[in-house]
Amino acid sequence: MGSARAAAKAAPRVVVIGGGFAGASCARLIKNEDRDISVTLVEANSTYIACPFSNAVVAGLRELDRQKFGYDRVRADGIDVVHRKATAVDAKQRSVVLDDGKRLAYDRLVVAPGVDLRFDAIPGYNEAAAEAMPHAWKAGEQTLLLRRQLEAMKDGGVVVMSAPANPFRCPPGPYERASLIAHYLKTHKPRSKLILLDAKDAFSKQKLFEAAWKELYPGMIEWVSLSFGGQVTRVEAATRTFVTEFGTHRADVANVIPPQRAGALATAAGVADQTGWCPVDPVTFESKLQPGVHVLGDAIIAGGMPKSAFAANSQARVCAVAVVDLLRERTPASPKLINTCYSLVAPDYGISIAGVYQPANGLLTDVQGAGGVSPMDAPKSVRAQEATYAEAWFKTITRGVFG
Amino acid sequence: MSAPVRMLIAVTLVAAPALTMAASPPGAASCLGCHTVNAGDNPVPPIGALSAEQIVSAMQAFRSGSRPATVMDRVAKGFSDEEIKAIAQWYASAKAK
Repeated sequence: MGSARAAAKAAPRVVVIGGGFAGASCARLIKNEDRDISVTLVEANSTYIACPFSNAVVAGLRELDRQKFGYDRVRADGIDVVHRKATAVDAKQRSVVLDDGKRLAYDRLVVAPGVDLRFDAIPGYNEAAAEAMPHAWKAGEQTLLLRRQLEAMKDGGVVVMSAPANPFRCPPGPYERASLIAHYLKTHKPRSKLILLDAKDAFSKQKLFEAAWKELYPGMIEWVSLSFGGQVTRVEAATRTFVTEFGTHRADVANVIPPQRAGALATAAGVADQTGWCPVDPVTFESKLQPGVHVLGDAIIAGGMPKSAFAANSQARVCAVAVVDLLRERTPASPKLINTCYSLVAPDYGISIAGVYQPANGLLTDVQGAGGVSPMDAPKSVRAQEATYAEAWFKTITRGVFG
Repeated sequence: MSAPVRMLIAVTLVAAPALTMAASPPGAASCLGCHTVNAGDNPVPPIGALSAEQIVSAMQAFRSGSRPATVMDRVAKGFSDEEIKAIAQWYASAKAK
């Protein structure tokens, strides 16, 4: 132990697992804070495909290439990028086990595993069923599959989506997707309809979405809440059928957004609790279950903070400084974090939700009086401005993380 | 790929270092979720272009509602006068380095 500490002082080693908005960002920020820290980023894929704006890809408004990012700049910062899968974490030995059997020793580990889609949650919905009823909740081939199915659908068809109960990645995401699909239908297949089956009775930016649907897509989107039979109890992939407690819906195009949990690595690392998500200290993002392991992004129980790319990036900034402070034996200061999530209801119609958070009672808690959603009565010019800001945010954040 | 071309790419890949955030006041890091430090092709104003006084007066105006905003009015309400001042002074001194 004594020699390990001495070694840590000489050249501290940080391993970051997961190269998304939280992980890649945190790796670079740690290196930027202190170039004497050795930083290794473990990420299975050599290309990252970003989820924000992938609903625009589904709706044919954007190409998937614009969602793709590589790790050349991360490497150029002096970070060792290892494209392997991490299979286990040995918290006692402080090492990460890779799928080729190699081990990476660390003084501090940062885990940003994102979410896993639960293929055990809705009877009939497994990975094979996702070929007929795409989830498109991880951007990539699934995004394109859903888009192709929409393109192949006849005018007058019925699109059925299902949205899970909280918590899940990108709370306004299903409703943005419904909006942009409706935009596609209105433009190309105006006799078609979209039914959104929801496992809850309320959702993010609900009043704004519903007002915009009424204005832009009258009669096109039918939202079925939990109380009115929105809970999907089973699906039949072969016939693209959703079964609810109240009846069945047969779809021409079916999109199942299944319940989720922290990425599998969280369990392997021992940082997920019985809820499937990861409790963390709100000052340092250190796991409440495994000392020396920090957890970021969609995988964590972040109190008031939603599972968004913005939040993940915001957390990475705080965590990076905290990790360096802890390695240098300084006490991390209590942080203040921001989240802003934009949703597009149409290409030139953006709405947002914002929040400011600080640690309270062991969680990240909303600062009272701050945050909230775009005003209900805003003119079209403000909606257009928010759509522009949404695009600007994507540019800034992806440049910061990958550029 | 020829060696000189490869080297050129390697050289252009070295990005300008970002600000270091050690000992920055609470909330300062979060500004960079949307704002860049230096000017770029972006409708969101870069923080580095603003003096401490400009940041303080803008945040106070956003918070009181006297300056129209899309999202900054909602964000500014989460920060006290002291916090705003600390963030503003930190950015002003950080860019002066």
